[in-house]
Amino acid sequence: MPYSVVGKSVKRVDAVAKVTGKAKYTDDFFERDMLVGKILRSPYAHAIIKSIDVSKARALPGVEAVLTHLTVPKVKFPTAGHPYSLDPSHRDKADRLILTDKARFVGDSVAAVVAVDELVAEKALKLIEIEYEVLEALTTPEAAMREGAPLIHEDCEQNILASRGYSFGDLEAAFSESDFVFEGEYETSPVQHCHLENQVSYAYLDGEGRLVIVTSTQIPHIVRRIVGQALDIPWGGVRVIKPYVGGGFGNKQDVTIEPLNAAMTLAVGGRPVKLELSREEAMIDTRTRHAFKFRIKTGLTKDGKINGIYIAAVSNTGAYASHGHSIASSGGGKFRYLYPAQAMKYEPVTVYTNLPVAGAMRGYGTPQIFFAYESHLDEIAHKLDMDPIELRQKNFVQVGHVDLLSKNRILSCGIRECVAKGKELIRWDEKRELYKNQSGDKRRGVGMACFSYASGTHPVSIEVAGARIVMNQDGSVQLQVGATEIGQGSDTVFAQMVAEVLGLPVEMVHVISTQDTDITPFDTGSYASRQTYITGMAVKKAAEEVKAKLLDFVWGMTDIPAETLDLRERNIVFKHNGEVVMPLEQAAMQTYYDTVFGRPLTSDTSNNARVNAIPFGVTFAEVEVDIKTGKIEVLEIYNVHDSGRIVNPQLAQGQVHGGVSMGIGYALSEQLLFDEKTGKTLNNNLLDYKLPTIMDTPDIGVGFVETEDPTGAFGVKALGEPPVISPAPALRNAVFAATGVALNRLPMNPQRVFEKFKQAGLI
Amino acid sequence: MAKKISFTLNGKAVNFEVDVRESLLDVLRYRLGYTGVKKGCGVGECGACTVLVDGMTVDSCIYLAVWADGREIRTIEGIAQDGELSVVQQAFVEEGAVQCGFCTPGLVLTTTALLESGREYTREELKRELSGHFCRCTGYKNILKAAEKSLEAGKRQCEE
Amino acid sequence: MYDIQGYIEAESVSDAVALLASNPRLKIIAGGTDVLIKLRHGQMEGAELLSIRKIKELERIEQLADGTIVIGALATFAQIFHEPIIHNNIPALAEAAVSMGGPQIRNVATIGGNICNGATSADSASTLFALDARLRLRSSAGERVVPVQEFYLGPGKVDLKPDEMLSEFLISPAGFRGFGGHYIKFAMRKAMDIATLGVSVMCKISGDVFREVKIGLGVAGPTPLRCVEAEEFAKGKAIYAETLAGIGRLAVKSTNARTSWRASREYREHLVEELTQRALHVAIVRAGGAEIG
Repeated sequence: MPYSVVGKSVKRVDAVAKVTGKAKYTDDFFERDMLVGKILRSPYAHAIIKSIDVSKARALPGVEAVLTHLTVPKVKFPTAGHPYSLDPSHRDKADRLILTDKARFVGDSVAAVVAVDELVAEKALKLIEIEYEVLEALTTPEAAMREGAPLIHEDCEQNILASRGYSFGDLEAAFSESDFVFEGEYETSPVQHCHLENQVSYAYLDGEGRLVIVTSTQIPHIVRRIVGQALDIPWGGVRVIKPYVGGGFGNKQDVTIEPLNAAMTLAVGGRPVKLELSREEAMIDTRTRHAFKFRIKTGLTKDGKINGIYIAAVSNTGAYASHGHSIASSGGGKFRYLYPAQAMKYEPVTVYTNLPVAGAMRGYGTPQIFFAYESHLDEIAHKLDMDPIELRQKNFVQVGHVDLLSKNRILSCGIRECVAKGKELIRWDEKRELYKNQSGDKRRGVGMACFSYASGTHPVSIEVAGARIVMNQDGSVQLQVGATEIGQGSDTVFAQMVAEVLGLPVEMVHVISTQDTDITPFDTGSYASRQTYITGMAVKKAAEEVKAKLLDFVWGMTDIPAETLDLRERNIVFKHNGEVVMPLEQAAMQTYYDTVFGRPLTSDTSNNARVNAIPFGVTFAEVEVDIKTGKIEVLEIYNVHDSGRIVNPQLAQGQVHGGVSMGIGYALSEQLLFDEKTGKTLNNNLLDYKLPTIMDTPDIGVGFVETEDPTGAFGVKALGEPPVISPAPALRNAVFAATGVALNRLPMNPQRVFEKFKQAGLI
Repeated sequence: MAKKISFTLNGKAVNFEVDVRESLLDVLRYRLGYTGVKKGCGVGECGACTVLVDGMTVDSCIYLAVWADGREIRTIEGIAQDGELSVVQQAFVEEGAVQCGFCTPGLVLTTTALLESGREYTREELKRELSGHFCRCTGYKNILKAAEKSLEAGKRQCEE
Repeated sequence: MYDIQGYIEAESVSDAVALLASNPRLKIIAGGTDVLIKLRHGQMEGAELLSIRKIKELERIEQLADGTIVIGALATFAQIFHEPIIHNNIPALAEAAVSMGGPQIRNVATIGGNICNGATSADSASTLFALDARLRLRSSAGERVVPVQEFYLGPGKVDLKPDEMLSEFLISPAGFRGFGGHYIKFAMRKAMDIATLGVSVMCKISGDVFREVKIGLGVAGPTPLRCVEAEEFAKGKAIYAETLAGIGRLAVKSTNARTSWRASREYREHLVEELTQRALHVAIVRAGGAEIG
């Protein structure tokens, strides 16, 4: 069915506000006499606080309050931005205090100051005297799991947070029936989100004594709940407001500064207090991407059919659980869809270490596992002397496949078409042939890698989304959703969906971008690439409800049965021939002011999704490797996605560009570095942390294979996170093709490439 | 330590007392309410706080407010004229160069300065001139397209 | 807000040096891209700043009648990059200038600050070394002129007395006339980065032999440095690949690179050897020589 607005590249609903500087972010609001909060951070990676003396700090003029673990509630709370679970065994680990009594990483929050300005606050921090008992800093999973290592959290033996995996089929049999069993080891590094807007919030008590927190978050409703938990106050006593957000990428799918900010305002009688992290702080004390180590075994027949897969993984979650083992679990879960084997065993271990906390980041465990497995597959293809594409094609999932564990059913799958399209875009066959036998100092190669993902979290978590629509007198509508716009463009896509259903131009759909937990419908937030799919369905249902109510109303006005009517171009029309019955505005006015039947039209809908559509895609890349310096230059890169129907091609392409760019950084340059002895972060600033500049970013090509998934509104599937998954392995495979050197550790930065080339005798 | 300074802000004369400890960013954002000037790092690494000082791009976070004395300062709030988007703003909207929007004001200002320079830039030069802005959302592709479109449109305007 | 305790604006060089003489706590601020960042990071506290920003004469870039190029300490990297005198005579310095930071930083950061900061990674330093630049230092007692090589005393340490200020760089024609030069900044990014290694070479050729080669390196030791041994070796040698390889190998001998989290000593040394040759390839052509295949 052709759509009039869905599928069009309409302009972002917030574009004008953002190019004119009118879009207001958290720090753009001011409260009169706002105080400033600052955090004192532990200089030790692992240390017990023996005593704290705040008297000098408290005495400094301009200091309004000094907070320590002794003055804030001692209630352990979880921070992950997951929906609450009624099943206690399914809840996130509650291992965090607002201010800690034991430092678990360099930068851990041990005290805080509220003062009249930042200079005073910073001076006061220096006056706080803390006596520490320093413990051994465990900076690697190996050290942390060692027999006799000190425990970072008392209740986790060997510092293992969790090790739940999965297994199905008879793996031993699958391996013994295989002609080959290949093994490989792979490793990824911690990286950081680097959203341009750092974490910032301000909090105060309103006139009724309720706690108000304005914050840059992806998950306002979850912030409300967790602040309630952390302060041990009723959740309804907390109001969270989310203005425009300057990027999140998962880092704001976590509750980081809000509980402390709330404690700060409570410490000063409810006066407004702002808590803003500097870039240096944000890079230490928010979240990172979990570093993984993998050991993989794959059994195949000689013609390349995968019989069995074994994956062992060690995931480093840092000092606190945050999303913890969910990352390893989710990565392993989403991986399962692409190459269903008869037997598989996944054994992940998530380990605490004395490093900054790892949490959610775009891709949520999948960039790691796909880097490992897609690299592994290329080595297998090489050993079997088979084209890497051919090997994958023999193993791709088919429509109709039902995942044994999640019970999610593949109802649409365009991976084969994605690969075909990408292959053509990069001119695969021609270049594979051309770059076969190179020997110079600059060598080129092409590589590819695939992925599967998910749309939302079903069946792991509840997938509930709310949408509310109010129709105005002129037929325009307001749309409110609980899901959050953080830059990805969800507000625009929702506006298009409403416009499509109600026959309105997009300009007549006013999306309320701000979420306010007192006002907006409930939705767990922006994560898991769920908005277009999960919230989108809620939006569509709300619009359809308004439409049904309106057509019913018109039936009452005209005696023309609602089922024969439709909405098109701001008119109520006959469905069969499009003839105008009356202008929409006329009907809308009647809904407001008809003295007998007047009843303004609204809808307040909640969608609880118990489905999950699986998106797929592929990256194709061409590189040139400078053998002597170890530098890798990306010459061409294409991402081709099956994300179901694309609601807004321009925005969708933008999502892919950003994801690929982030994937290139992950592959080639980005890594948060720590001193192995002390656990201190070495490069927590944008100069030393190498996220790509415009000059480092190649022209990024994008393709879509538009399948139509019946479970998504208008046939959509997830797109937000997927673009970041496959660039790194595709680039690694391109370097492998160019040089024959297997770079199995990320990032492939010049220093590391140099070392590997040296080992391989290329230098 | 207070100091009186006079400068032009988006075409209007301003006489203002600043603290020598304040950055231009501090004054524009927190004292004058020009919140389109964004703060992403505070140390000149991200470009979000870019403003134009006498037509030249400057990271306002590492530019003392007292230095604005006698200068002509432009922020994103002064780019649209009479409610009409500028050529650059229009290009950013049309090319989908905006996502979270936090880097956008700075990039619009840098592109505006490039347009007003009257120079022509190759694609590589243009990338170099835009390289003082980090963006984590867009992979820079549509930003580059928007900048190219702005300069093209500017050239056409000049020729007309 | 910055932790600044005092701020004075000097109107002239003599004004500035008099103020410096009267208060040794004064810290000179020009572009501010180093000083303000140090303040932000708490590496400096309660600073008493002496601004030299209004001293117009320090912004000049000019060529004297004898061919000497004078670059004022306040010349910004953007200004140096766009200056025809620099482009026409010492393009390697223009290359160095445009490699520094990003455009907004280049618009305000000054070459004087870059050198007085004392960092081995200063983008302008290796080229100024290769050019045999001299620094004019002024104080209330007078002035002295110091070769850039002698100005660097150690990491972050320069030969600038508390009452002295740098007023300008002097580059004699002997340092650049007849030379072809090239600067390579090797960094992890193409912009907004500090050098893993900076290599600046100048060479003068006659026919197919090197008459003189000068190699300045940054981040190859605690301070920028010259590769004297390699330079001596090159003199009079025929210009072909083996000579270049020899120069590259010998260049390493002058270095004292260290292993840090940014790069290993071994890798930096390898880069010195490789990039010195690559820079020479370009410099030779600029000096009028033929490309080496």
